[in-house]
Amino acid sequence: MSDYNAMELMVTCASRLLENGRTVAVGTGAPCSAAMLAQRLHAPDLTVFFEAGGVAPQLPTMPISVGDSRTFYRGLMATSMCEVMETCQRGLMDYTFLGGAQIDPYGNLNSTMIGDDYANPRVRFPGSGGANDLASLCWRTMVVTNHDPRRFVERLDFMTTPGYLDGPGAREAAGLMPGTGPYRVITDLAILSFHDQTRRMEVLSLHPGVTLDEVQKQTGFEIAAASELTGTEPPSEQELRVLREEVDPHGYVIGR
Amino acid sequence: MDTLEQGSGKLFTDPSSIAARADFRQKSRAMTEKVTTVSDAVDRLLGDGDYLAIGGFGGDRIPTAVIHEVIRQNKQDLGFAGHTSTHDFQVMCAGNLMGRGQVLARVDNAYVVGLEARGLSRQARRVMESGEVEFTEWSNYTLALRFRAAAMGVPFLPAHSVLGTDTMRHSAARKIVCPFTDEPMVAVPALYPDLAVVHVHESDPFGNCRIEGISVADLDVARSAKRLIITCERLISNDEIRSNPTRTAIPYYCVDAVCEVPLGSYPGNMPYEYYSDEEHIGQWLAVEEDLDEYRRFLDHHIFEVSDHREYVRRAGGLDRLEELRRLEFMETS
Repeated sequence: MSDYNAMELMVTCASRLLENGRTVAVGTGAPCSAAMLAQRLHAPDLTVFFEAGGVAPQLPTMPISVGDSRTFYRGLMATSMCEVMETCQRGLMDYTFLGGAQIDPYGNLNSTMIGDDYANPRVRFPGSGGANDLASLCWRTMVVTNHDPRRFVERLDFMTTPGYLDGPGAREAAGLMPGTGPYRVITDLAILSFHDQTRRMEVLSLHPGVTLDEVQKQTGFEIAAASELTGTEPPSEQELRVLREEVDPHGYVIGR
Repeated sequence: MDTLEQGSGKLFTDPSSIAARADFRQKSRAMTEKVTTVSDAVDRLLGDGDYLAIGGFGGDRIPTAVIHEVIRQNKQDLGFAGHTSTHDFQVMCAGNLMGRGQVLARVDNAYVVGLEARGLSRQARRVMESGEVEFTEWSNYTLALRFRAAAMGVPFLPAHSVLGTDTMRHSAARKIVCPFTDEPMVAVPALYPDLAVVHVHESDPFGNCRIEGISVADLDVARSAKRLIITCERLISNDEIRSNPTRTAIPYYCVDAVCEVPLGSYPGNMPYEYYSDEEHIGQWLAVEEDLDEYRRFLDHHIFEVSDHREYVRRAGGLDRLEELRRLEFMETS
């Protein structure tokens, strides 16, 4: 087995979760790479959406912006943000990928600010962008992020984007659509899922060479193993070749 | 309709469709030629204290010439719609940092401070962390929906987003109950900007416009604004518009000024014309690390410059634009 780096592993794991014939709303970077990789391997009929209005591009190269012309290059439609978000709202968007500065045990995300006073942030980040909408409206939300205790925290400084809020039933009580919510968190150490009853994050799959103990050390809250805990299949020769040669030949995302 | 919950964020504009209709009643419907310069349009159509909305997507199809002119004319105390506002927001923030007063005073945030994959703007962060600017939180869809409500001429629209989060708690949205299904929903108030500015591919002298590629929120932004400046890559004839009315994205009766600005989205991307100048935007982010260097950079590229033509010349001119054109069409040079 050839060598691979953490980003290559994360993109590969993310791509495997995208089934053929489904729809996915992506941003630039790792999510876009994952979708492109899936399309070239097991999911040729995966339809990719960008929130600014690009629908089903034949992505020639990695976009820099979620609204640049690559996002509708040879696409099926160049439309509006409302059209894409309302496609999600109608229940037609299967997956989305998000990230953030902080994530809590229920998969809630912070991309707005660090500090304890909203009006006087210690660090101001961009805010929701489309993240809150996508996490509210798509069926399965997936998060791709590095794993460290400053990022995986018991309490967010600001809840920008909804996961399972404060536990079972909370999304529905708040008015969010039934059957939606975070599905997987893909990190450089493991793949995490959410317990059916408690809705808390748990470890579903450990990446090669990583122990449960190590994952716990890098997580700022208590995290248990899922009952079906398994090991992550490393990227195959084919996955790595397509990722390096076709998806990201300049190494913008995978850094090679 | 009962309100279950109310965001604590400030509402910077009046959502009343009755008030907006009174304004629109006064708006000229005469099909007159509206071609003018950017400096005249900004001087006439944007006042201190106004609320401004910018079309495009931060670094894609943005009306750069107008954004530069707004801070060059040192307009003060503006409200601003930050819906994936990236390079445009970075430039607006420069207005607050040059010791010439406060250009930005109130911001509806959906996405500001960041430039997507390019990183965060240090100076935009400084403005947002200064405490000088009031802000209210939104998401991209709820902010776009606010323009749609205004474009529809109704005071609010419902959605299934932002519920249960701090984004909702720091917005000016309200949680309501659907009168038909009893579902809890979010209601977002219409946003009628005083002035909107949209960069398009082609416009006739009256303001009938064509846009190629994605429209983002611009069809609604254009219709929601009390006043509208169009900048275009090219002026075309009214005959050309009439030859294919299906392509008209914005009609003349929404438009107050038309400015022909070739390469007008530079350094942003313009679909089917030129790609974004990532070197120049990267340089912009880099000089923000040093305040003196940043001020010199702004003097050189904005304050000592008379118009967009000269800015493009200083930033690399037609040679650079040829490269960006090849990039847009993905030709290997």
